[in-house]
Amino acid sequence: MDTVLELELVDWSILVVYFAFVLGIGVMAKRGIHDSNDYFLSGRTIPAWVAGLAFLAANLGAQEVIGMAASGAKYGMATSHFYWVGAVPAMVFLAIYMMPFYYGSRVRSVPEYLRLRFDEKTRGFNAVSFAVMTVMSSGISMYAMGLLLSLLVGWDIDVSMWVCAGIVLAYVTLGGLTSAIHNEVLQFFLIVFGFAPLVILGLNDIGGWDGLTAGLATVATSQGYEAGTWTESWRHLGSAAANPMGVEWFGMVMGLGFVLSFGYWCTDFLLVQRAMAAESMSAARRAPIIGSVPKMLFPFLVILPGMIAVAATQDPASGISIPVNPDGSQNFNLVIPVMLDHYFPNGLLGLGLTALIASFMSGMAGNVTAFNTVWTNDIYQPYIRSGAGDRHYLWMGRAATVAGVLLALAAAYLVSAFNNIMDVLQMVFAFVNAPLFATFLLGMFWKRATGHGAFAGLVAGTLAAAAHHGLTLPARALPGIKGGWIDVVSHYPSEMAQNFWTAIIAWTACFAVTVGVSLLTTAPEPARLKGLVYSMTPRIDDPATGWHARPEVLGALAIAAVVVLNILFW
Amino acid sequence: MKFDIRVPIGLLFVAIGAMLLCHGLFAPHVDVRGANGHNVNAWWGALMAAFGFAMLALARRAGRR
Repeated sequence: MDTVLELELVDWSILVVYFAFVLGIGVMAKRGIHDSNDYFLSGRTIPAWVAGLAFLAANLGAQEVIGMAASGAKYGMATSHFYWVGAVPAMVFLAIYMMPFYYGSRVRSVPEYLRLRFDEKTRGFNAVSFAVMTVMSSGISMYAMGLLLSLLVGWDIDVSMWVCAGIVLAYVTLGGLTSAIHNEVLQFFLIVFGFAPLVILGLNDIGGWDGLTAGLATVATSQGYEAGTWTESWRHLGSAAANPMGVEWFGMVMGLGFVLSFGYWCTDFLLVQRAMAAESMSAARRAPIIGSVPKMLFPFLVILPGMIAVAATQDPASGISIPVNPDGSQNFNLVIPVMLDHYFPNGLLGLGLTALIASFMSGMAGNVTAFNTVWTNDIYQPYIRSGAGDRHYLWMGRAATVAGVLLALAAAYLVSAFNNIMDVLQMVFAFVNAPLFATFLLGMFWKRATGHGAFAGLVAGTLAAAAHHGLTLPARALPGIKGGWIDVVSHYPSEMAQNFWTAIIAWTACFAVTVGVSLLTTAPEPARLKGLVYSMTPRIDDPATGWHARPEVLGALAIAAVVVLNILFW
Repeated sequence: MKFDIRVPIGLLFVAIGAMLLCHGLFAPHVDVRGANGHNVNAWWGALMAAFGFAMLALARRAGRR
């Protein structure tokens, strides 16, 4: 990336037409918004396939695209664990076992479920941490996008951030969740069509899968690993020293595959909101499974470009080189820009750029719609002004959208000025999130779990995560933000291994404390738990749908497919 | 009629596809790595337009029912 790319008329036209459509969808969606239920939950009218693709696209932010390509370059095919182990099983679990409670209890948000099932303090804790986190993470990804566009096409960072944030603001303020969801589906298809040519051209250029394997074998052996380390996903997880991630299979399966993955996919309101907006219980349950199909294919779209780039650097004739950071390490976050520069002529370049911006917008709109709902329903209504008319809360939802985008912009400037503050904040939220799934699991499947138990468990899990992080340190890191800020008692082979184990410990602490405190406190009244806990809820029959639309059947097929993928790339 | 997202997706893909196709056909040919001499803009534009038309056709069929 020595020079910035020159855009031509065709590139600009594609970008401008995209912006026009996105805003147009906002204007069209506004017609369907009459009350707060329409604004926050699309009036629960979204078909399963739309909800499913939106579910996926809200997660597919720019950081996902850029970060997964970077991981592909750094770790190779093992990055697929974030999809085949760390996403699909949790999506299927959410669909089959958890959606009945989220959708069936008619709550408007995940924190509201916690209020019904447990108590006010558990809801408040979750709502406040979630609201701050959504704003912050959109700020971080906004800044990342601005920086990337300035490197790639030389746009001013401030202008890119304000224009993109302004467009998201406009369409979400107008059409609420309806507009966000429909735009996410459009953005999903653009992202697929924008990045697919990169993989096709790159793979063809490097000599197909065989050429890729050969190139990556050199990469692996030059770093002292076995030749197949970059192209095989499981074979090198026997010990942490055998793979560049520095992770062994148990930490991977339990930390990523169980705690982190289920915690994110099954409890993050940003995702669950898309399924909650579905037109029926059956559609709400099918949505995450429908989303899991493209999810399991995404490694080929977002990880392969990184693998291709790093393989191509082995051949000086390829002309690809990965930019270097000031400290001499390779800056893998620039893999996607390098690939766009290298393979896309004007025309496709405009499409690739549009896809990048679309991915940023889908992630940001996901955050903003989740923020305005949680703010209005779980913070403003219970704690600041309850009992106002629906029109007031609809107005507040729109005001929260504006405020959320402005706060995200403020967060973006904070990241640019004080990188460390954001790192600390992100770390704190990782501690808060790590134990969450234990709370939900016990809440939904153990009727004896109490509000005090849940709250004590969450606090204990968060503290356990912090303590574990403060007492351990990844290899080659200095005590501080990376860990060891209390005292270094043990070392992990890598930061990723440390993260996975922090999650495992937080989850275990939360689980144990929730069970213990629940048994010591008064059991909840059984009548109050109907529709909220598995054993207190009648089984759902979907008489209207045939076997091929049953979530259990679709879920089993998705799991089977993901097992096959794991075996193919073992 | 209910809002069908396939209509805007179809229209957008037809529009972008047409732009890429025209650019590929009328702009001076650039050699693209990995393309084996094919006109990537034109081919990808045609494919995107075809996808757009398919979306429009699906929306139309659903609208009739």
